[in-house]
Amino acid sequence: MDIAKIAETVSAEIIYRAENSSDIDITGAVAADLMSEVMLDTEEGSLIITGLINPQVIRTAEMLDIYAVLFIRGKNIPESIIELAQDRGVTVMRTEATMFEACGKLYSAGIVSGQSA
Amino acid sequence: MAEISSMHIECIIDKDDFNAAGEASSKVKKSLNMLGIPPKTIKRIAVAMYEAEINAFIHGGGGKAVADIYPDRVEVLISDEGKGIADLDLAMQEGYSTAPEEVRMLGFGAGMGLPNIKRNSDELDIDSAPGKGTRVKMKFKLS
Repeated sequence: MDIAKIAETVSAEIIYRAENSSDIDITGAVAADLMSEVMLDTEEGSLIITGLINPQVIRTAEMLDIYAVLFIRGKNIPESIIELAQDRGVTVMRTEATMFEACGKLYSAGIVSGQSA
Repeated sequence: MAEISSMHIECIIDKDDFNAAGEASSKVKKSLNMLGIPPKTIKRIAVAMYEAEINAFIHGGGGKAVADIYPDRVEVLISDEGKGIADLDLAMQEGYSTAPEEVRMLGFGAGMGLPNIKRNSDELDIDSAPGKGTRVKMKFKLS
């Protein structure tokens, strides 16, 4: 599923769209507020769905070869996150949906778990 | 692959800059990318090093990251002068965490860091004692 379709599925605003984002095909996702949990065998190219707002979300994405992050509950995304995302080429989206709603909509649309465990 | 025999990277892990924690791992990841190392191998190294770097920040009060990249392996040492690990066997258990609530508010401290470092490294040696700081030595094969 491409970025535009992900955004449409959860009515998300694309806050920063990385240059290479049109090539991205996302099939899996991981949803957690603890990056410690995201770091556990998340497959490269998955989507991170989180309510955690700090730059370590982008760093976690960078380490895992993840190209897109979806922040939930319409939280304000500080400039420090957007700047790091621009530098690391990570697409940033924001939805008003809750974690449960975002996961449910994406799952219904065919996105599967990005973690094998 | 570039014609070099080794590459040495050293970074301070600043105890006062949470936003910068992970920068050492990022530098190493970029270098490995440039050297044409397979992405799956780079991901293992980046994940293990980042976990250790975050640990040095949240538990160790900052410290130092040193990475040496050789043609056949990568060696990483993350050291801090923090409070140390009282019971290493316990700390290696999945889910065991001494992290306070503030750390979980930052998105870490699930008690999975050390087990995840072990899973992603080929050799792991942790030298720590209460009050003596912690040295996490990791080796990764490049072949």
